[in-house]
Amino acid sequence: MKIEYTKICEINGSLIVIDGVESPVYEEIAHFFLDSGEIRTGRVVKIDGKKVTLQVFEGTKGMSAFNTRTVFTGESMSLPLSPEILGRVFDGLGRPKDGFGEVYPEEKRDVNGAPINPVSREYPKNYIRTGISSIDALATLIRGQKLPIFSGSGMKHNELAVQIVRQSAIADSDDFAIVFAAMGVKNDVASYFRSQFASSNVMNRVVMFLNLANDPITERIMTPKCALTAAEYLAFKLGKHVLVVMTDMTSYAEALREYSSTKGEIPSRKGFPGYLYSDLASIYERAGMINGKKGSVTQIPILTMPNDDITHPIPDLTGYITEGQIVLDRGLDSKGIYPPVSVLPSLSRLMKDGIGEGFTREDHPALANQLLASYAKVHDARALSSVIGEDELSPSDKALLKFGKEFEDKFIRQSFTECRSIEETLDLGWSLLSSLPDSELDRTDEKILKKYCKK
Amino acid sequence: MSEYKIYGINGPVVTVKGKTDLQMTETVYVGEKKLIGEVIGLSDEYTTIQVYEETAGLTPGESVFSSHSPMSVTLGPGILGNIFDGIERPLNIIKEISGAFIEKGINIPAISETKKWQVNVLLHKGDLVFGGEILASCPETDSITHKALVPPNIQGTVTKAAPDGEYTVTDTIAEVTDKDGKIHELKLAQRWPIRMSRPVRERLPLSKPLITGQRVIDAVFPIAKGGAAAIPGGFGTGKTMTQHQLAKWCDADIIIYVGCGERGNEMTQVLNEFSELKDPRTGKSLLSRTVLIANTSNMPVAAREASIYTGITLAEYYRDMGYHTAIMADSTSRWAEALREISGRLEEIPADEGFPAYLPSRLSEFYERSGYFKNLNGTEGSVTIIGAVSPQGADFSEPVTQNTKRFTRCFWALDKSLAYARHYPAINWTTSYSEYTGDLSDWYNENVGPEFTACRDRLTSILSEETNLMEIVKLIGADVLPDDQKLIIEIARVIRVGFLQQNAFHSDDTFVPAEKQLKMMQAILHLYDRSQEIIARQIPISKITATGLFERLIKMKYDIPNKNPEMFDDLNGDVDAAINAILR
Repeated sequence: MKIEYTKICEINGSLIVIDGVESPVYEEIAHFFLDSGEIRTGRVVKIDGKKVTLQVFEGTKGMSAFNTRTVFTGESMSLPLSPEILGRVFDGLGRPKDGFGEVYPEEKRDVNGAPINPVSREYPKNYIRTGISSIDALATLIRGQKLPIFSGSGMKHNELAVQIVRQSAIADSDDFAIVFAAMGVKNDVASYFRSQFASSNVMNRVVMFLNLANDPITERIMTPKCALTAAEYLAFKLGKHVLVVMTDMTSYAEALREYSSTKGEIPSRKGFPGYLYSDLASIYERAGMINGKKGSVTQIPILTMPNDDITHPIPDLTGYITEGQIVLDRGLDSKGIYPPVSVLPSLSRLMKDGIGEGFTREDHPALANQLLASYAKVHDARALSSVIGEDELSPSDKALLKFGKEFEDKFIRQSFTECRSIEETLDLGWSLLSSLPDSELDRTDEKILKKYCKK
Repeated sequence: MSEYKIYGINGPVVTVKGKTDLQMTETVYVGEKKLIGEVIGLSDEYTTIQVYEETAGLTPGESVFSSHSPMSVTLGPGILGNIFDGIERPLNIIKEISGAFIEKGINIPAISETKKWQVNVLLHKGDLVFGGEILASCPETDSITHKALVPPNIQGTVTKAAPDGEYTVTDTIAEVTDKDGKIHELKLAQRWPIRMSRPVRERLPLSKPLITGQRVIDAVFPIAKGGAAAIPGGFGTGKTMTQHQLAKWCDADIIIYVGCGERGNEMTQVLNEFSELKDPRTGKSLLSRTVLIANTSNMPVAAREASIYTGITLAEYYRDMGYHTAIMADSTSRWAEALREISGRLEEIPADEGFPAYLPSRLSEFYERSGYFKNLNGTEGSVTIIGAVSPQGADFSEPVTQNTKRFTRCFWALDKSLAYARHYPAINWTTSYSEYTGDLSDWYNENVGPEFTACRDRLTSILSEETNLMEIVKLIGADVLPDDQKLIIEIARVIRVGFLQQNAFHSDDTFVPAEKQLKMMQAILHLYDRSQEIIARQIPISKITATGLFERLIKMKYDIPNKNPEMFDDLNGDVDAAINAILR
């Protein structure tokens, strides 16, 4: 018989304090039985002798000092898992939301996971062709990578994520699965993803965890943990290549801030808790490959930069953890260019080992380098032309301006349904570079230039 | 062993109620699983402990065991080529025990206690020994000989010495009786507290450079053996890449690479790459001179704080053997954030941006453990610290960067716009500096070439003139400048692209010996001098541009292999011929 605690000493935001608890366990799960018949779930977040602070996932609305009975389970939060989770929709805590009943668990996993031993990691090297030129050529996605999309409100990050998922994973064998985690996004965004997955006939390979904008924030804090636990199960137990799309990491971090401030913790930058870095890392670092195991976890988190500011703590700390980033640009977006990928700040750290001979094509590294170096100069030329006028520019600057325009129009721009092969992308890049004078092509070997850059 | 009970738990911080005889910085074992922790606060009411592992699952009332010794690491043969976590637990043994994911509560010895080493005992019965003296030696890896040392606090007469032979790290090699008649058993391995620096005889001035083979560092912003450098940069500017390049190619004998709160895949990459690459000096695997310490960003935060100290203690131990060691800490900001996180849990009053007020003193303690020393046993050794800093929002005015700047004398500022243009290493030549330049110029002039310092100074002055000119160019364009200024811009381009920029993926360009660096500088300056003759005769600069000499010099880093420095004579000859043709 489990002890029921009938009194709550303190309620503050989503946190409650119960006194006199016999041997509480740190991070254990507790159930709250309200007089109204409602059952809620919570987690132990602080222990001070017999005084225990709990976080209530569903929020404390309607709870009073005497209307709730609390039972401690002695176990940490775990997620029931089985191959049947594919095609299902869950809430932010991993409870079925689609009305098809509970999952009959093959195993239960602790949602907190454990760090992968660096010795056991397999260094990711296989590139994923997304069919999007700006990504394939300049910020190549690698299987097992964590590559976030830094976007801003109103830009087409959802479309881009859907296009990446549709053109990459689906082209592959049956061994892939998609885990979709929605954190604090609007209902229409979630249904957009659902309808896109359905129209590509992949719904039976998708697991969805939905915490929508009006769902409790404490539940939101658990959502990515549940989603990644499912992803790890699919990847390392069932041997699937899992693509995890998480949106929107900004809402997640803000939920964490709200929780931290009710807990009375000392804030660091912009009110976010000091452990935001460690906390984000515990999510992002769950991507990867393990040697001797078949599957992989590739993450594409999406975050909207508040006020398009890349130095805001959320994109900033994310950039320090993830292996590169795809940055979307408001300027390109307003010019009507889709996908509005700003190629200069975009980067894939794992790309250097996954491209070139034997992976994509031998000229790929040289082309990427040259395109970026030249496009960086386009910005200088544009700045100059806005001061002294285009007519006064030197011939090489004029050539750069022309190159810049074509690069944006032909290389970056592509339609939502266009899937370019890697050869098409690379050839397109060289044909654009061929309009530049030789002295501008200072990043490439003669041999490669002769072979690929046909004037 | 005394035993106490857990009272409170908050994240990695555990409290014990009531008075205890625990000491500050003492190691304790927490709970049934014996999680490793350290005492970080004492008061009448509470003892505060930070736990180096995940605390989920702990219950009040579980036991806390004292160890009566401060947080220490084991020093002995078997460290090199290994990969440890932040408190020196070997990760490949952990892999055998717990599989691909790291479980908690694994207590295993840092170095193998069963492996037998071929030991050459250097002490004899009757010898008078002092702390720090070399006790025995054994080949640790194919390039490094391990020298077991008498612990620094022991001195006396050798009363027993084992013959040469095969021993494990726990076998007694010698016995020393001190003046009080107490007998000390000396072994191959010893323990040392991580927060205390190992004693030395004296500090020596820094006069030798750490040669890294990276042009922008060796030639423009050099670092001395025993110096300390900071590499600050926003994300994606190439901090880790620069650290890897230094770890691979610098001419230290021992490299300690601390991955502190960084990516797991990066550690895997270092592990893979270093076991394949060969040390250019010894021809042996790079891993045989390297120790990796990995506390990736998702591993427990308290161990992150300790990892830096573990690393520097290992470095000091090898320094005591007479080796030049270099420690790469990537990144010290994560370490500072770990301090902040623990400080927040202790509800200390924060200073700048939530960091504790003792951040500067902790940073200075750490960086001051670098230096060039005369060791207790008379050998000379050095510890060079290269710390990466990850400033939030790439804003160098934040507390960690600012405080680090005060305690390091070399500042390699990585620049976002250079990285965007894929100019690597993205070390900005206007905001970076090295205070070692003066101390090291004698060495360069004597060992590389008498003109080295002069060439460097001319190069940097051309770059700073270019910076000034670019201000004008941004406003009115380059076309209106007079030819002598256009020449400066062209030559500066050659310096930037042909000299400062270096390709880490090119087999020759990834490491460039100092001699070739000098030749390259001379070639660039030769072209500059000769071109000035042309400009002085009012011949337009376009004549020189048309010869393609600028492009040729830019590509000389690829065209002239490291082993053929004589080809520079041909290059200079071609420059002369082309210029003479214009002059004629």
